[in-house]
Amino acid sequence: MSDVVVTKRSKKQAMGKYGRIGKVLDELDDRLGVAKGGRSFLDKIFPDHWSFMLGEIALYSFVVLLATGVFLSLYYIPSSAIVTYHGSYLPLDGQSMTEAYASTVNLSFAVRAGLLMRQMHHWAADIFIGAMVVHMARVFFTGAFRKPRELNWTIGVTLLTLAIVNGFLGYSLPDDLVSGTGIRIAYSIILSVPLVGTYLAFFVFGGNFPGTAVLPRFFILHVLVVPGIMLALVAAHMALLVRQKHTQFPGEGRTEDNVVGTPMFPVFMAKTTGFMLIVTGVTALLGAFAQINPIWQFGPYDASRISYAVQPDWYMAFLDGALRIFPAWSFHSFGHTIPLEVTIPAVIFPGLVFGLAYAWPALERFVTKDVAMHNLLDRPSSRPKRTAAGVAVLAAISMLFIASSTDVIANFFHVSLNTVLWSMRVLVLISPFVAYPIAYKITSELHATRGSGKRKTANVVTRTEEGEYVATAAPAYADDVAHDLAPTPVPQFIETSQPDEEPESGVRAIDR
Amino acid sequence: MSEHHEHRTAVSLEGLREDDPHLQPAARNPQLVERVIALTLLVGVVLIIGFGAAYWVNAAPWTLGATMGGGLFFLGVGLIAWAKYLMARGPFVEERHVLATSQDDRDAFAAAIVERGGGVVKRRRVLGGLVGGGLGAFGVVALFPLLRSLGPLPKGTLFHTDWRAGSFAVDITGRRVRVGDLAVGSIVTVYPEGTQNTDRGQAVDQTVLIRLSNENFTTQKGRESWGPMGYVAYSKLCTHLGCPVGLYEQQLQLLVCPCHQSMFNVNNGAIPNFGPAPRPLPQLPLYVDAAGYVRAQSDYHEPVGPGFWERA
Ligand code: HEM
Ligand code: FES
Repeated sequence: MSDVVVTKRSKKQAMGKYGRIGKVLDELDDRLGVAKGGRSFLDKIFPDHWSFMLGEIALYSFVVLLATGVFLSLYYIPSSAIVTYHGSYLPLDGQSMTEAYASTVNLSFAVRAGLLMRQMHHWAADIFIGAMVVHMARVFFTGAFRKPRELNWTIGVTLLTLAIVNGFLGYSLPDDLVSGTGIRIAYSIILSVPLVGTYLAFFVFGGNFPGTAVLPRFFILHVLVVPGIMLALVAAHMALLVRQKHTQFPGEGRTEDNVVGTPMFPVFMAKTTGFMLIVTGVTALLGAFAQINPIWQFGPYDASRISYAVQPDWYMAFLDGALRIFPAWSFHSFGHTIPLEVTIPAVIFPGLVFGLAYAWPALERFVTKDVAMHNLLDRPSSRPKRTAAGVAVLAAISMLFIASSTDVIANFFHVSLNTVLWSMRVLVLISPFVAYPIAYKITSELHATRGSGKRKTANVVTRTEEGEYVATAAPAYADDVAHDLAPTPVPQFIETSQPDEEPESGVRAIDR
Repeated sequence: MSEHHEHRTAVSLEGLREDDPHLQPAARNPQLVERVIALTLLVGVVLIIGFGAAYWVNAAPWTLGATMGGGLFFLGVGLIAWAKYLMARGPFVEERHVLATSQDDRDAFAAAIVERGGGVVKRRRVLGGLVGGGLGAFGVVALFPLLRSLGPLPKGTLFHTDWRAGSFAVDITGRRVRVGDLAVGSIVTVYPEGTQNTDRGQAVDQTVLIRLSNENFTTQKGRESWGPMGYVAYSKLCTHLGCPVGLYEQQLQLLVCPCHQSMFNVNNGAIPNFGPAPRPLPQLPLYVDAAGYVRAQSDYHEPVGPGFWERA
């Protein structure tokens, strides 16, 4: 062996063309056969359009939720055992409260970075659900849910539902005065279900409200069951995305049979990692500077106390609004009660909204009889009816959202609560019927206008020798003209101008 | 499937020359852009180190968030700028291949399920029925313990509170309320003695005691004896969704629920005159005993709180 001289170059040759990484990949491929699939994954093309980032915001705030949530669960105690607080937050000293509340106060004041993590977790939840809603609107208004992507739409609606549920569960965990009232309301809503409501409520709460089972149950649902299901669904959502490839807006060189944009590696990967850092960073900045849910100010939950402005997180507000403005129509007959004043706004109505969301792809297909595959997106303006329908639903839900602040509105504008109540009732009922024709009109006009979205160019009027006036359109602004290169396939290899082997030299570096 | 792959490989085997415009950065002045990005990333790195230092010295939460958030933010911006301005500008294209496989594949797949699998069952219907029936029965039977262990059955519990004939009304500290304790127009939350510090006492039995006058007060026909010496008592659970009806508008003599603004008129049996609550707050019949203590004649005559199916 000693007569073999090991040089850097001979070592490099033994390693193969791609060095150590190539070697590792070879070993992997021997065992798993990953080279071909891996390569085509790295070549996956992502369309460049800002609206495709919305889903990424949702994804990364989910990541932030998982990370901060694990931190919180190291300190939070899901127990309704009563303790006397003697911690570092003096105004509560000596008060008796549940361990859950005490541990959340401790998390906020005694655990290093605890308050930051709590506020980041809460902000991330609000951003998460917000991003999901806007992402869903993007998918809806561009028709991205059409064949072959109906399944991913269904997964998306399920994710939104679960996120809202999990947000409510998490919001309930600190057991403060505001969230406890929320749990009380949730209990009464379950109770309102005809026929089985009392049984359901007793099974969920382990007995009559409040009992001691609810916090541990909500906890395990919140940190394990629901996030576990969501994680699986997110994975399925992404897998379908890779399998079916992205949609894209129509444009030069873009057809139903290709995708134009940025390859996964390295460009998209760098962008999306940067994006993850920004989402996390912004959440941390919000957690640092924008106080959210200061539970130590609300005090511990006490079923016979109530704070004045009870309002849930924003994503529950439309339900609260519906509960506020629905009339007191209880139904009594045959020795039974159906609390319609609760069942309709809080059970049937959200069921209809989410049911409509689930059913939309099938409904649209039923109406348009369109069974073709669609990889090119619609512009919202090219589908005035769908766009108007979406705007109508959003209008009604926004009105319900506003209706969750009837008391605040009445105080602020010094009008009677009754006036506000009736105005909101009218607004909720008529807003979709007003929004639909307006949105329809605007979108169809937009659609009919050529070159909409581009700047108008001047009409240059010239006078000819004979005194005739001629108008000619000036050429389009340079910025408005697409000057992209024609798209090219991701190169399999890159030809470098210099040879990549070092020229043979007389000197050999000997390495022992 | 494999056909598509071969086709695909053939297409993407193409290379590009290093000086191909698709591989050039989008930035017009890459050197300058690189310097700006380096600076951005540097700020990020410094802030992240600052975060470590802030954590070490246990700085205020906002310092932790500012350094960590700012650091990640600048790193992210730098990375995105690098990708956007300095990496290959593209655009690149990828073909979609048809997801559907051939009709033969589909037929073979369907045949496997219908003929190979279905045939097995068809030949032995009884076995199939038994296996299917057994699994189905297990599914149903498994639901019972799963559901039933979750909690007790409601039975009559929603129809009663802990108020009994003779219960003393006590406040949250456990002090019995005497007839001289409240001035006209005052209000206090009371519980049947012994429950004031229990979950159930607070969530179910809570009752508002209001003194409306100095004489016996009748809120409705048939309740002539319920309001001795001007004391009337109503369940504190809103009949809408069970929030405690915690605000008393003394001038209007209204109990207001802060959750969805239901309002109950205490003079006439707490009939709601505004808001989504469908029923009056149940009234608790009271008497004043010889020693001057305010006590309950009986439990409420109807279930307290929000509505449910079994309620008449
Ligand atoms: C689907 C994603 C999630 C959403 C929407 C969500 C939402 C929330 C919200 C709004 C709160 C109330 C925070 C506050 O006190 O202001 C909360 C609390 C909490 N969450 Fe989550 N969360 C999610 C996932 C997770 C995960 C995966 C974990 C643990 C592994 C977790 C652990 C906790 C803990 C322990 C609390 C109670 C401590 C506290 O309130 O400070 N969460 N969650
Ligand atoms: S709970 Fe009282 S009004 Fe809704």
